Amino acid sequence: MRQQIPLLITFIVGTLLIVSVFIPPFGDLETTFNIWFDIIAVFAFFLGGGNLLRVHINKLRKRKRDWGFSIVTIVGFLVMLIAGLFKIGNPGDIASAVDAPGSLFYDIFNSVQYPLSATMYSLLAFFVASASYRAFRAKNREATLLLIAAFIILLGRTPFGVMLTYWVPDSTSLLQIPNLAIWIMNSPNLAGQRAIMIGIGLGVISMSLRLILGIERSYLGGDK
Amino acid sequence: MSLPLAATSPRLSVHLFLSIIVIALATCSSAFGQSDSLLDTTVVDDTVSITAAPVTTLLVEDGRYDNGDSLRLFWVPSIDDQLIDSKVTGYRVYRAVNGGDAEPIVDLLPGVGNYTDKNVELDSSYVYYVATLTESGEYPSIHTESKSPQREWINFRRGYLFIIMIIISAAIIFYVETAKRGKKLFVRKIAGLEAIDEAVGRATEMGRPVLFIPGIHDMDDVQTLAALTILGRVSRTIADYDSKIFMPVARSLVMTAARETIKASYQAAGRPDAYSDDMVNYVTDEQFGYVAAVDGLMVREKPATVFLLGAFFAESLILAETGNSVGAIQIAGTARPAQLPFFIAACDFTLIGEELFAASAYLSGEPRMLGSLKGQDVGKAIAMITILLGVVAVTMSEAWDVGIMTDLHAWLVKVFSSS
Repeated sequence: MRQQIPLLITFIVGTLLIVSVFIPPFGDLETTFNIWFDIIAVFAFFLGGGNLLRVHINKLRKRKRDWGFSIVTIVGFLVMLIAGLFKIGNPGDIASAVDAPGSLFYDIFNSVQYPLSATMYSLLAFFVASASYRAFRAKNREATLLLIAAFIILLGRTPFGVMLTYWVPDSTSLLQIPNLAIWIMNSPNLAGQRAIMIGIGLGVISMSLRLILGIERSYLGGDK
Repeated sequence: MSLPLAATSPRLSVHLFLSIIVIALATCSSAFGQSDSLLDTTVVDDTVSITAAPVTTLLVEDGRYDNGDSLRLFWVPSIDDQLIDSKVTGYRVYRAVNGGDAEPIVDLLPGVGNYTDKNVELDSSYVYYVATLTESGEYPSIHTESKSPQREWINFRRGYLFIIMIIISAAIIFYVETAKRGKKLFVRKIAGLEAIDEAVGRATEMGRPVLFIPGIHDMDDVQTLAALTILGRVSRTIADYDSKIFMPVARSLVMTAARETIKASYQAAGRPDAYSDDMVNYVTDEQFGYVAAVDGLMVREKPATVFLLGAFFAESLILAETGNSVGAIQIAGTARPAQLPFFIAACDFTLIGEELFAASAYLSGEPRMLGSLKGQDVGKAIAMITILLGVVAVTMSEAWDVGIMTDLHAWLVKVFSSS
């Protein structure tokens, strides 16, 4: 029974959503189900928030390693929660947006959260360099091809690349590095990406059918 | 003093020529009672009044293949709108419902010749007219006939999509049934999935945990579902090996679903006592907040194995490189082509696109599940044949102007662009 009910719900919802693509009177079903999902997700947020608090309070109580960070997490969580719930400093009334400019929520988000996110994001630049260094080592034929392609694309997108091959006549303009870079991106790269996309599309169809027909049950803990 | 026409610039000549045509058309139009004037400028009480011709050929038709919730309007824009220095500022669509008074429903920009009214109801009738707007006022068109929207029960525009879906689904079901009857099916080896047991075993030997990251999307993303199906198999192995798993998540619903999955796996392995809710923790919905927390966890706990399976965005490389720096063996997989190069560069094994969705079937080894993978191959065969046909059709059509190939190309475009 514990498995049969979720399987039945999956079958009914999956079938209805497929049918709704072809039968216009059912066309709004996707929106309706999405709204239902959002409502369920809101309730689940209480579980998530509760879990976050429980984990960090436990860590604090037991003085586990790095417990100091838990204080920051709990204080941050509660301050944002209170600022948002009570709309502290909101220029409008209680019906105004929680992130209205001038509110405490807005100010903390812009002054703390936003720069912290930007800092994390900026790490990407360094990680791209280290990952590229490892990936582009010419260890074998494929890696060498990758290295050459990457080199052409990097060069083709800089003024130096333009300068290097500007003298190549128009009749063989494909050999100009910027054009070569564009060709690599638009032909082999795009073809490869589309092949992956077709595979993904078919994979999604196959997996959806397995879920709808109840063949795939591992997300429910497998067959029992 | 005026210059002779020959002495004016070519641009001015064109302008003058167009003006003459417009004035001639205005005269004709006026004679047939179509409009009072085109670009007439009159001075009333020291105020310059700019008039404009109304739109013509205003038609209303029912929105096709919908639930009776749209009417489409078409018109030829005002002839004054086609001048270089047009004084038309836009169009205002008026609508009368069930014989009532007409009310404006939308203002449109100059040059627009159609509008779809999606705020209509099945049992009502609607009459429309369109007013041409200038700075001086509105110049209404004739009214349309009264029209009620109609409901269509089947969207024939998606007929080809339906046929393709039936063929692929039938192929998948056929192979599932064939596999159920005991026929051996060949499925190529997927290195990333073959390495799962080894990766979990390594974590057990090293006495370090396994970190499972299911992406940052919610349960309504099929990639997250695929990740949870793999989690079911991975956590079963972890339970068997008596290893440890950490799973920080970015969505509350994923947390509850993942807990259920791991719990069921531990029960299936006969070790329900070893399961703890603390294996799965909610961190935050915020993308980089989540990344910071997971990176911190990696650096502190130094997991021996990291699974990065699901929907990933800019955080993919940050997570994968941190995992690499702590010496973890990493198995990644996503259906986002833009993130695949990052995973390939930073991880030991990468499940590329469809392999992520095939993983659960592959790991289970069940004939029914493997049959569904085989069915996918029919879809691939259709894609390959269509691509080849398309390439041949476009090449022959462009290079040698072969009529039948032009038709074939047009038909293929029609089939695969049905929306």
